[in-house]
Amino acid sequence: MRELDVARLTEVVAKLAVDACNYLGDDVVAFFEQAIAREESETGRDVLAQLLENADLAKDSGRPLCQDTGLAVVFLEIGQDVHLVGGDLEAAVNEGVRVGYVEGYLRKSAVADPIGERKNTADNTPAMLHTRIVPGDKVRVVVAPKGGGAENMSAIGMLKPAQGRQGAIDFVVDTVSKAGPNPCPPIIVGVGLGGTFEKAAYMAKHALLREVGSTNPEPRLAELEDELEERCNALGIGPAGLGGTVTVIDVFVEELPAHIASMPVAVNIQCHSARHKEAVL
Amino acid sequence: MERVITTPLTDELVAGLHAGDRLLITGKIYTGRDAAHKRLVELIDKGEPLPIDLRGQVIYFVGPTPPKPGEVIGSAGPTTSGRMDAYSPKLTALGLKGMIGKGSRNEAVKEALKRDKAVYLAATGGAGALLAQRIVSARVVAYEDLGPEAIRELEVKEFPVVVINDMYGGDLYVEGRRKYERKGDS
Repeated sequence: MRELDVARLTEVVAKLAVDACNYLGDDVVAFFEQAIAREESETGRDVLAQLLENADLAKDSGRPLCQDTGLAVVFLEIGQDVHLVGGDLEAAVNEGVRVGYVEGYLRKSAVADPIGERKNTADNTPAMLHTRIVPGDKVRVVVAPKGGGAENMSAIGMLKPAQGRQGAIDFVVDTVSKAGPNPCPPIIVGVGLGGTFEKAAYMAKHALLREVGSTNPEPRLAELEDELEERCNALGIGPAGLGGTVTVIDVFVEELPAHIASMPVAVNIQCHSARHKEAVL
Repeated sequence: MERVITTPLTDELVAGLHAGDRLLITGKIYTGRDAAHKRLVELIDKGEPLPIDLRGQVIYFVGPTPPKPGEVIGSAGPTTSGRMDAYSPKLTALGLKGMIGKGSRNEAVKEALKRDKAVYLAATGGAGALLAQRIVSARVVAYEDLGPEAIRELEVKEFPVVVINDMYGGDLYVEGRRKYERKGDS
């Protein structure tokens, strides 16, 4: 069995956190470039131009793209033929977050006792860690810093099955509509359909990792994504919410079978600073 | 096109600002977000003096990343303003003339802007690296223990903002969206 020292995870998580906060993905940059050509609002085009300039400046200056460098969401896909050695896995990931945020000059945005004292944990730990055991002998690490503004506009609806496809669409569009300018549009809309309460929310978050512009391999969901994108863009919210035709960057849907009595619909909103970086060990 | 304005803001200057105007701010502004607002309003409620004189001033809702050695400030874009709604009317009542953030304000704030002749401005959320370049200097003036949430005095040069809510009830978020909404599609 392949052995992997968890100290490697610490190093990689730290580096990915800093890289994610400073370097915007090529897919998002390409989206801004093509969106400028089709955005009808002049103010909206100005905002998109600012975002392109911001991405360049962040890359060149090493200043984070956004001051909200988020809570550190970490996905680990651990091959079942890997033996993790050298210590506690979760502690190693948290150490990676601590090193990345402290030594990388990222903002520490985690507070303990969230409904009381709200005291900063000072090193942005704990990581919001999701692990999955998969076939193989590799470990895939994804670090996705998630800002508060867009996360606050996310929602989950335990809808009635009778509400059907239209009910699900209306819930997603209504969530984006209510969010308005707050989550820093243009946004990515992650949608989790079915499953249980927590699985729906997880799928909505996980969906945000998909490459911008990619097509859902399931034609039924690809069609739903196109329809949701059209409906959301018709809201007129536009870049930075100042009015315009480009409100969403993309809509990504994941689904699972649901209970016969349930129809969960989770909507996780991602701001335009759609940051995630990954490595395979 | 953008118009350059300088701080502090006067009633006359605020009266000339309308929702949708694009401005470049030059001069001194203060920073403050949730925790600093909470402390300021606690002092106001107790009738105690504030650590800063708000008259004619602008508060920028921002909690920057830590500066690297040699930098004036880290990444410094706006945070969501709605969380300050509960506090802002008490500050405009004391002469605060401008706020910079992103996202919608509630009716109480919009009424306070009319009552106190003040204005709500937005900088582009998520453009923290770009906006930091327009900040010439930064120094903590109160609540240093709050770290990124401390009140700082910033000197800004041609800091780009757009007027969202003016003192006449204008609201760019509502008006801009209405202009591009396509009802037939929904």
